[in-house]
Amino acid sequence: MKILSVKDLEKISEAFTKRLYFPENLKVNVGMASCGIAAGAKATLQRALKEHPAGDSVEIRQTGCIGFCEEEPLVEILGKGKPRVVYKRVTEDKFPDVFQDYLEEKFNKKLILGQMRDPRSILEEDRANPLEKVKAIKGIPFLDEIPFYAHQIKIALRNCGYIDPDSIEEYIGRGGYFAFVRILAEMKPEEIISVIKQSGLRGRGGGGFPTGIKWESCCKHPGERYVICNADEGDPGAYMDRSVLEGDPHSVLEGMLIAAYAVGSSQGFIYVRNEYPLAVKRLVSALKQAEDFGLLGDNIAGSNFGFHIKISTGAGAFVCGESTALMASLEGKVGRPRAKYVHTVEKGFRDGPSNLNNVETYANVPVIMLKGADWYRRMGTKYSKGTKVFSLVGKVKNTGLVEVPMGTTLRRIIFDMGGGIPRKRKFKAVQTGGPSGGCIPEAFLDLQVGFDELTKVGSMMGSGGMIVMDQDTCMVDLARYFLDFLKGESCGQCTPCREGIKQMLDVLTGICEGLGKEGDIELLEELGSMIQKFSLCGLGTSAPNPVLTTILYFRDEYEAHIYDKKCPAGVCKPLFHYEVDEKACTGCHVCALKCPQEAITGEKKKLHTLDQEKCVKCGICYDACKFDAIVVR
Amino acid sequence: MNTENSGLAPSPEELDYLELDEIIEEEFGGDKENLIMMLQAIQRRYNFIPRPALAYLSEKTAVPLSRIYGIATFYATFSLEPRGRNLITVCLGTACHVRGAKRVQEQIEQFLHISNGQTTQDGCFTLESVRCIGCCSLGPVVKINEDVHARLSPDQVAKTLEHYE
Repeated sequence: MKILSVKDLEKISEAFTKRLYFPENLKVNVGMASCGIAAGAKATLQRALKEHPAGDSVEIRQTGCIGFCEEEPLVEILGKGKPRVVYKRVTEDKFPDVFQDYLEEKFNKKLILGQMRDPRSILEEDRANPLEKVKAIKGIPFLDEIPFYAHQIKIALRNCGYIDPDSIEEYIGRGGYFAFVRILAEMKPEEIISVIKQSGLRGRGGGGFPTGIKWESCCKHPGERYVICNADEGDPGAYMDRSVLEGDPHSVLEGMLIAAYAVGSSQGFIYVRNEYPLAVKRLVSALKQAEDFGLLGDNIAGSNFGFHIKISTGAGAFVCGESTALMASLEGKVGRPRAKYVHTVEKGFRDGPSNLNNVETYANVPVIMLKGADWYRRMGTKYSKGTKVFSLVGKVKNTGLVEVPMGTTLRRIIFDMGGGIPRKRKFKAVQTGGPSGGCIPEAFLDLQVGFDELTKVGSMMGSGGMIVMDQDTCMVDLARYFLDFLKGESCGQCTPCREGIKQMLDVLTGICEGLGKEGDIELLEELGSMIQKFSLCGLGTSAPNPVLTTILYFRDEYEAHIYDKKCPAGVCKPLFHYEVDEKACTGCHVCALKCPQEAITGEKKKLHTLDQEKCVKCGICYDACKFDAIVVR
Repeated sequence: MNTENSGLAPSPEELDYLELDEIIEEEFGGDKENLIMMLQAIQRRYNFIPRPALAYLSEKTAVPLSRIYGIATFYATFSLEPRGRNLITVCLGTACHVRGAKRVQEQIEQFLHISNGQTTQDGCFTLESVRCIGCCSLGPVVKINEDVHARLSPDQVAKTLEHYE
């Protein structure tokens, strides 16, 4: 059917709200984003479909990711008049037990992540809560009581894990496309821009440029305008864009449609990473459906407005996250950035005025348009409004995606929501902003996250990766890791970046190999400052950040490497060795069994010994020992 | 790179030009803005990009071969060398890195007697690394063909690789 008005949307919404919330019989949702699939969700889904084939009274459906990746595969079961329950770690073999558990209403705590209090999206607040009259299960926490979810407000992630990403109807059922269709009928482009400006929305891709101002500047320039979505999520450790594309692709399309109508564009592009095949697949399917419903193409919803979207896939170049490089790549060229004397809003893709925003930014737009700028502004800090999705990963107990209001402290995110550091290890630092960001030490844990706040301590927001590090992470090695990354990803065009990063990397590699000498730290600082000042694009100007912040906050580790020839974290192989702690060793023999080099010997229940000649420092024994008897020296 | 494998590479005569035409003209309209996606499609077909295909692409799109060669070598996903039957991609993103991805990579290298970017003598495995596949919460992650192996520790490497022929 073709959508012509809000009334058409309402009709679909009504029909599909039923499917979403009031199933006739039992309904099983299997979380099928890349992370879930990696944890085994595909096999779970196949098992579920095998036991309940089409025509069976039990409906099996796939959804995106609900965010708590640590507990994947996640399976949600709901039945008429019954609570909605999310089961955790439902691998294929566990599915039948989990299903019986719900069917027989046993509700075994060990299997369950939590029950839902209210499954509606932020756009459905005027509708009744479908679970209002349902009796809650005793002894099982509500999802919003679990620390991981307790402080979250889901705007960009509003539908992820709640709808079938391949169903436009379910997106509409949760309030989708209402913003766009209403705008098309009722608002002028300048009014839209004014709302976005007032909302204080800033670009979620890294730079944090005010979105409304970008749209406004784009409109001012004549010529064929383009609306582009940056889905080249290149920052390692950040994957919220993947989750949105895989779990709720229509939210991005709707955001792009609103932007296109506001800036006066008829052609859009989504530049998506080739490393995200599932995201590409779901986008392709979403585009097709939007076209079928008359929400993309010519004369959208019966108006004169037309908009087409083409999907282009990247080919593994980090620098293509930079706007000018991305546009060069879209043109089928090598992705090299250019100096931005003339901004891309004036001359970008095909030399036309181009508006580029990232996935999360677009996903926020429809909600802001429906709920208003004032509502959005109420969340956040003075200069950073709304919410931000962070990917909480690394050495933290609860890994996953969290969407919190700007201004939430790092401590709350890492220790309350993330549950702190596993295996009783000690927190050392949190890395934000990807390779352009920096490492934030314990002293700043009470920092409120926001664009400017993070920049002040030498890091940056970036796309929202938050990689937690504990005592076993070597900060010198980490700085070396980032420079190695950037050396490979530098496009090679300008000398400060191409040569400077290589020189810094050589110095750092020397330090990690035990060849560090006096003056190395100062040399790194000098080179870093030069690269920051004279590089052509953002990749170069921010490349020294990880090195400079680690020198600033963890200078003692650099000094230990250079002067004492020691790597306290036990990462840089020439600078440490493993030993068996005589007091702690219980002779459990686990390390000896696991050692691939047969370097550990000893009788059971007696002290074991480690042959340094044979040891290759692979760390398997260190990880395996439950008594902390393998120590770094 | 292993020379044994050069036998796997098709010569200009062995390339299926009709198939290339299908990719270049039908799928992508011969539009040079789609060059990157054409190269991806060719790589999907052959598992790598045979050099004669670059020349043919240049002829068809009227883009100089030097520029196409530039694209094929600039982007990390393209390989101009034949690859093994199974492609092991170790994720070296930050989250995987801090959870010991390098140790997993070293373990694979030791087990298969190859280093990053190489193919085993029998053509069974090619080892590559990638900067992040977005499964950061489940690191260290290793992708073998289309299967993603999550939370892989060095001591699970041998057992995991056994399943591939």
